[in-house]
Amino acid sequence: MRRISTCPHQNRGDFATEPRGRRDLREAVSIPRVSRGKPVLFRHTRPSSVAGVLARITTFCIVGLESRPVAVEVDVRAGLPAFVIVGLGDLAVREARERVRGALLNSGFEFPQRRIVVNLAPAHLRKNGSGFDLPIACAVLAASGQVPAASVARRAIYGELSLAGEVRGCRGTLAVAEAARRAGLDGLVVARDRAPEASLAGDLEIVGVDTLAELGRILDGAEAVPPLPDPRAPERPARPAPDLADVRGQWAAIRAVEVAAAGGHNLLLRGAPGTGKTMLARRIPGILPPLERDAAIEVTRIHSVAGAETAGGLVDERPFRAPHHTISPSGLVGGGALPAPGEATLAHHGVLFLDELSEFNRNALDALRQPLEDGHVTIIRGQRAARFPTRFMLVAATNPCPCGHAADPKRCRCTESDHARHRRRLSGPLLDRIDVVVDVERPTAAALAAPPSTDTATVRAAVLAARARQAARLTAAGVTCNAHMDAALVRRLVRLAPGARAQLAHSYDEGAISARAHDRVLRVAQTIADLAGRDEVGAGDVVEALNFRGEPVTPVREAA
Amino acid sequence: MSAPARAAAAAPPAAGAPCAACLRRAWLVATLAGRIEYARRTGAARIPLLLALGDRDLMRAAGASPGIARSYEAFAPDVARDAVRRARLTAICRHDARYPSALHELPDAPAVLHVAGDVERFLALTADDQPAVAVVGARRATGYGAQVARGLGRGLASADVTVVSGMALGVDSAAHEGALEGGGATLAVLAGGAERPYPASKHGLYVAIRERGSVVSEMPPGTRAQRWCFPARNRLIAALARLTVVVEGRERSGSLITADFARDLGRDVGAVPGAVTSPLARGPNALLADGAHVIRGAEDALDLACGVGGWQRRGPGPGAVPERLRALHAAVASGLDTPDRLAGAGVPVSAALAGLTELELLGHVRRLPGGGYVVALESG
Repeated sequence: MRRISTCPHQNRGDFATEPRGRRDLREAVSIPRVSRGKPVLFRHTRPSSVAGVLARITTFCIVGLESRPVAVEVDVRAGLPAFVIVGLGDLAVREARERVRGALLNSGFEFPQRRIVVNLAPAHLRKNGSGFDLPIACAVLAASGQVPAASVARRAIYGELSLAGEVRGCRGTLAVAEAARRAGLDGLVVARDRAPEASLAGDLEIVGVDTLAELGRILDGAEAVPPLPDPRAPERPARPAPDLADVRGQWAAIRAVEVAAAGGHNLLLRGAPGTGKTMLARRIPGILPPLERDAAIEVTRIHSVAGAETAGGLVDERPFRAPHHTISPSGLVGGGALPAPGEATLAHHGVLFLDELSEFNRNALDALRQPLEDGHVTIIRGQRAARFPTRFMLVAATNPCPCGHAADPKRCRCTESDHARHRRRLSGPLLDRIDVVVDVERPTAAALAAPPSTDTATVRAAVLAARARQAARLTAAGVTCNAHMDAALVRRLVRLAPGARAQLAHSYDEGAISARAHDRVLRVAQTIADLAGRDEVGAGDVVEALNFRGEPVTPVREAA
Repeated sequence: MSAPARAAAAAPPAAGAPCAACLRRAWLVATLAGRIEYARRTGAARIPLLLALGDRDLMRAAGASPGIARSYEAFAPDVARDAVRRARLTAICRHDARYPSALHELPDAPAVLHVAGDVERFLALTADDQPAVAVVGARRATGYGAQVARGLGRGLASADVTVVSGMALGVDSAAHEGALEGGGATLAVLAGGAERPYPASKHGLYVAIRERGSVVSEMPPGTRAQRWCFPARNRLIAALARLTVVVEGRERSGSLITADFARDLGRDVGAVPGAVTSPLARGPNALLADGAHVIRGAEDALDLACGVGGWQRRGPGPGAVPERLRALHAAVASGLDTPDRLAGAGVPVSAALAGLTELELLGHVRRLPGGGYVVALESG
């Protein structure tokens, strides 16, 4: 019994989470665990004449945004030639048989004409994706003695194979690399173009290869591990980011964008078609503070898992996602039989831009409420649950009325009921989470001809200064910007000058603003004060914040 | 003239204090309340006719006991004045110059009005040049009725027109609440003593009206309302208002009694049309069939009470534009009426946004859909 319990195969469920040191590695290299364990298991159970050759390799399977360790065990034994994969793989995993066979043969290796059984453990976990091709191929090589088993014992392997033996990258490489590091492994084999991404996990020997043949030579020790391209010196061309200097006029809208970016507030741009709402929205990522490294790695991991473009390395620009208004609820917040992240998660740490807000499916917008409130969303489908982070800045744009010309009574063709319907579609809980609302005007001809009123660098500097001020005040409370303050924090941290207090109390008591609006106004007012370089909120900040509610305010009558 | 009556006449009340004869009359009506109720139920007398009688005739008609007659002869006005003071009310008798002149048109005008809350505000709410509209209706109002009443109350009070009603459940309370939302110009006429709310469940509303509007009753403090007191109260509501609007009410309901009083006094009567299938709409619909004014909203009521369009010039007005906002106000008036146009003309955008909202809060400009601003009509 004792022997069986020490057998690594019995412990396969937690073998990957068990931390192992360098010393352990040396042991493993000299006496590979696989070969050490095998005799213990098989000596008394099988006659040596029919004993199979067992190899096992660690790889990972993407579940949600995380990756779970999977042991690829290959047993090669005498019998009718067969190649079987068991272990709850999806179609892509089952089709790996043909890719592995083709790649091995085309790379000059031998495909053993024996009975080959591949087991993917743990058996209860559903496996999906094409990343199992390369580990299966390597396990077959190790089991058939074509590469030393020791060379793959402490390395995770993750990649897809072409029939010609080329190694292709798979989505989620960064998540796999991080999991490999956490599992205490020493190295990770991936496609060469994914190596920079994998190296972001740190403290892991990344082997980037182009072909299976090259990997075979490296595992044999005939070739050295190729050096990594430096991920911090990306050779990709600097994309010219859109600049606020392209915007003419639009002072109020630019101010609203500045305030929203400085405090992380959600923003609604309201204006007639062609006034430049989309143009403004696209310039928001440029004025947001740069991504911290941790946040950048998180963004990279999400984009990699979702299969979005990561440019082969660290995504250090804030994401800007602009889904079309026909998007479904699960497209927006995530979903699917295998829960996959939606646009809200892809916009994590960046901007989610909903153009034509009133055209979005009501269900989709309602689904955004929880992610907006909590900063994450939990998707539960069947027996699977996945939690996706969704800390994005919501920027929405809408026409003021169905025809878009509400500001110009002569041009507006909408009836009163059209207006009411439009308002109804926009109103409700989603709008409650939008702190800053601004009417975008059509710039006058004079404004179009005039020089730009500001540019991205100027606004960004102001935003950065305001964020620094917020960080000094808020870090202890565990939030990063004013928009994330809850009611208790607003009460505790927002300091009002006497005049501001009177102004707000007066507006509130006279019914000009509701209790809910009260806190939103305070948050925005605090951001405006931060932008002005003051900690204390003044009366002017409060009235400007009231303006950004975007609604008429009831005149406050003096007591008669 | 009896001795006490002479004594009362001989001692003229202090300036603004209610005279003894009026206090005694109020005391008498309250004391006889139970007997008057009996007389009404037996059909022996109609309330307006009873209340129009002189003291002695009233005692005779109501069948006052000799004990009441003796108390009447021995009435001590100072005791009544003390009671009024203790109840924190102000008594205004019909010989007082402050007594609302509208009530003098009643043949059975109450001898004394007991006012709860600030008396100056009561006088402002019932001044001769202050239009007043009564909004009355069913206690068991539908949601529609309550909504309309609330809207009427709000719209009327926003234009600084006094909203008169009886603080009953349903329509009355909704009208008062609307008026409080619209600025507080509202007058509640109670059937019992003015020092406590009736119905008791409306305590919160009573306190709010007392604070910001006014509560009044003809009954001395401590009087419990008899059934006849409600139609009697209705005659005051009708008399105090230029226009009586019935929102909802069944046929032969108290609201229609108020409308009858109003018509008898030559005041306007309006009614809010309702669904012909609703029993609660029978009252107002019947009034409309008889030629009452159609009231579709506060504007209709305001047109009737203040003359067509006259109400738009009412209201306390926004006052003067503060010195530091004057340039901005002038700029808006001259056509720089959006934040962008102001910014284009050199006003810092932050100051423009804040200033426009500040002007809006003060009532000098209004924000339009689309983000533009106009100078408010009443802003000079």
